[in-house]
Amino acid sequence: MATIKYDNVEKTYPDGTKAIPGISLEVRDGEFMVFVGPSGCGKSTVLRLTAGLEDITGGSLFIGDRVVNSLAPQQRDIAMVFQDYALYPHMTVRDNIGFALRMMGRPKSEIRQRVEAAAGRLSLTALLDRKPRNLSGGQRQRVAMGRAIVREPQAFLMDEPLSNLDAKLRVQMRAEISSLQRQLGVTTVYVTHDQVEAMTMGDRVAVMKSGLLQQVAPPEELYERPVNIFVAGFIGSPKMNLFESVLRRDRDGGTFVTFGAQELAIPKEVLRERPSLGQRKDGPIKVGIRPDGFILTPNGSSDQSIEVTTEVVESLGNERMVHFIAQVRKASDADTRDQRTDLEEIAPDAGTSMFIARVPPYPRVHERETIRLGVNTKGLYFFDEEGNSLF
Amino acid sequence: MSNASIPRHQVMTLSPKVRDRTRIGRLGPSRLRIAVNYLVMVPVTLLFVSPIIYMFIASFKPNNEVLSGFGVFSLQDLSFNNYLSIFSRFSGSDTGTFTGFLTTSLIVSAATVIGGLVVNSMAAYALARLRWPGRNLFLLAVIALVIVPFEAIAVPLFYMLDGLRNTYLVQFLPFIASPFSIYLFYSFFAGLPKSLEEAARVDGAGAWRTFFFIMLPNARPVFATVAILQFMASWSSFLWPVMVIDDPTVRPLPLAISVYVGTPPYGWGNIMAFGVMMVLPMLVMFLIFQRWFIRSVVTSGVKG
Repeated sequence: MATIKYDNVEKTYPDGTKAIPGISLEVRDGEFMVFVGPSGCGKSTVLRLTAGLEDITGGSLFIGDRVVNSLAPQQRDIAMVFQDYALYPHMTVRDNIGFALRMMGRPKSEIRQRVEAAAGRLSLTALLDRKPRNLSGGQRQRVAMGRAIVREPQAFLMDEPLSNLDAKLRVQMRAEISSLQRQLGVTTVYVTHDQVEAMTMGDRVAVMKSGLLQQVAPPEELYERPVNIFVAGFIGSPKMNLFESVLRRDRDGGTFVTFGAQELAIPKEVLRERPSLGQRKDGPIKVGIRPDGFILTPNGSSDQSIEVTTEVVESLGNERMVHFIAQVRKASDADTRDQRTDLEEIAPDAGTSMFIARVPPYPRVHERETIRLGVNTKGLYFFDEEGNSLF
Repeated sequence: MSNASIPRHQVMTLSPKVRDRTRIGRLGPSRLRIAVNYLVMVPVTLLFVSPIIYMFIASFKPNNEVLSGFGVFSLQDLSFNNYLSIFSRFSGSDTGTFTGFLTTSLIVSAATVIGGLVVNSMAAYALARLRWPGRNLFLLAVIALVIVPFEAIAVPLFYMLDGLRNTYLVQFLPFIASPFSIYLFYSFFAGLPKSLEEAARVDGAGAWRTFFFIMLPNARPVFATVAILQFMASWSSFLWPVMVIDDPTVRPLPLAISVYVGTPPYGWGNIMAFGVMMVLPMLVMFLIFQRWFIRSVVTSGVKG
């Protein structure tokens, strides 16, 4: 096992495109680090730089104590699981798993023993003599894992290994990979665009945008204290509702943010927890509210409530997703705009935005119905004009 | 759905259309469709195969019966005389021997195929997968060369290889590197997932071992196709041997049959026998590799 240290690692392509302007990060020994971000953010490039499949054009990459910038992939003592598994089609499962050991020149008896041990751990023993084309998606995924663990490498690199599986199998394999990694204690760098995977699997999650690290933190911290509007918008499912607002204080010391024509009072404890918000002058501000920050208040009992007309109601059995349009301008940066969902595109006019609230199944909410939603103002997120969090 | 799971009264009320569809789904196409298929396929097959059948039968017939129209298909007066005549006609060093012609053709074709598979597959791999200066230009040149007919380069080639005339080498050397074969290999290698190669690199295989352990085994259908195409081209090559071979001891079969036809007396039955002996190795080659050949024609890419 080893640490992986990125010391201002850069990747510039020959045409001058800077895919990775420079990242610095240390993945601790035995840690499960997940790189997450939208398409084209550079997360797979970081993984390929780590594997040695792309040349590093600046900075230093350490695996353990060694600088590995100029080492070939096979010299880095890493194993990689590819998005399409990259199983050798002409080889049996046994040969696929044992190929790396064969390339290392290990004795046949040792290869057989280690392959069978890896296969046993992954419940592949009965499939050892099959070809990849005769395996299901989940079995292929396990073979790819077997190929990685049989080498007992210093680090696992995984490039969206679950993206080709159906939703049910993905949940199962997610748990299996996490469990396996914890058992083996091998340092792992895992790349995904799926923030649910990132949140459920990673010891820490590195959120990337345009080749730059935005925040590296444990999942809970990312969710609760995102450093900027991009991370806030990216982490969480459904994603956070973000809107343009105005901060105002009255003579009695109350602090308010606007939600369209309405105002929401910010509790004093929130201001205490966020000194930079407390010190901020009146004026424009960006505000975020997670879908579960709305509370269904059928009798209008909450004074911190807003009246909305529902557009779409999605029933998930134990909860409902209520989509509504409000006379509020959406707050976003370029990347969060790219992540707009189809439903968000429904918002008809400039100056209006589609919001989403997660509410219990009862009382029933119907489409095209006017309802009152309470707002949990303790759970609001605040960002300055540049999109940086106000803590 | 099986009938067992459907109540009897419901089976009885199925519309004729639904019943037909059920029957086709279970038992395959209707008899009418099979009949129509045969009606089209049999004449087309006969059209292609009949000259070969004609040649086979005629090779066992006396010379005077070969050109007797459909009478040639009567299976009477069959003998090996035509074959024996060929062997006796070519029995000296001045005429060359049939086994000599056959050996020359086999050596030349085998060398073309083996050399071609090695050289063309490696060239294609380098073009498809390795990064080196001038790669695109080279690829463009290869593709352009596919459309250049051999006749256009025959004379320059003749002068370039003048010193090698009347050798085995001159007969296969210019045909080992084949732009079309490179293109076939290139298309295959370029279509293989890049991750396959990257996985091999991470697993510790360098360029050579990746080529031999991963690329080659997956490219078997293309190897078979290229082997058959290069064998066919070499086996029936005529213009080039005419230009560079006048020694009967290194004369290949196509040239030998032409010399035979040009030096009377000969009979059509003898020529048919010569033709059969020339075609047989090619037929055997096709039968051996036909599974791979058909697969490479039918499929493209590799299913994981």
